[in-house]
Amino acid sequence: MTNALIDFVLVSVALLAIGIYGLSVKRNAIRMLFAVEMIVNSANLNLVAFARFIPNSQGQTLALFSIAIAAAEVAVGLALVIVAYRMYKNIDIADFRSLKG
Amino acid sequence: MVDSIFLALSVLTIGCAIASLEIRSLIYGSIALMLTLSGIAGFFLLLDAPFVAMFQLSVYVGSIAVLILFTVMLVRRELIFNKIEDTRRRYAGIGLMIIVMLGIGTIIIGSGLKSMDTNAPSVDYKKIGEDFLTYYSPALIVMALILTSSVIGALTLAKREDVTSDQRAN
Repeated sequence: MTNALIDFVLVSVALLAIGIYGLSVKRNAIRMLFAVEMIVNSANLNLVAFARFIPNSQGQTLALFSIAIAAAEVAVGLALVIVAYRMYKNIDIADFRSLKG
Repeated sequence: MVDSIFLALSVLTIGCAIASLEIRSLIYGSIALMLTLSGIAGFFLLLDAPFVAMFQLSVYVGSIAVLILFTVMLVRRELIFNKIEDTRRRYAGIGLMIIVMLGIGTIIIGSGLKSMDTNAPSVDYKKIGEDFLTYYSPALIVMALILTSSVIGALTLAKREDVTSDQRAN
């Protein structure tokens, strides 16, 4: 392998940090979903990278399961965004008042 | 050392990740997210995992990104370009990002991962298929049930009657 394990792990850390930034700063519900996708993808990249360097097939299997779960999560998340948009006519999460405790 | 393909892929992935959060229009943002996900698929190809890469392309780029694009198009036009955020909160977020990046980065660079390299042949994807149908078959069935229930849940949520805010107050 020309690329070492640490390069892939550093890319995944950068993606994780960008995802955390998006989750903490953005108030748009769809952009927050983007950030969640980035965090999930950085975890998948880590799984496959370690599976390549150990080497082991279980990491790839877990990554496949994780991708499928993420697909389900996005479907439900977008449905929730649509329901909230119908109620409040907005996708700003600060406007979703009845979700506050 | 890294090769040029890796460098190009990481610039594409991280650049598009930043662009998808910062670009003004949500439609261009979701296209940038699509490019980020394709970049991750390229990393999977570099890691000799073609099966996962194709799965990533078909599930993420093929379905999730298109789903997000259509949801964005359902939203009113001025909300797509609307960008409300607190400046102080934004600087705090950038600080948090840099702290996470530097903190975890220094820990990883200082750890023993640097010396980890392999000359072993990559895992055959036939082995993954075998694993799925033998050892992981109960998990696969549970996964199918989860996907079905999530699709039904999403449909039920999206089909709900229109509730206005004055009706909700009663």
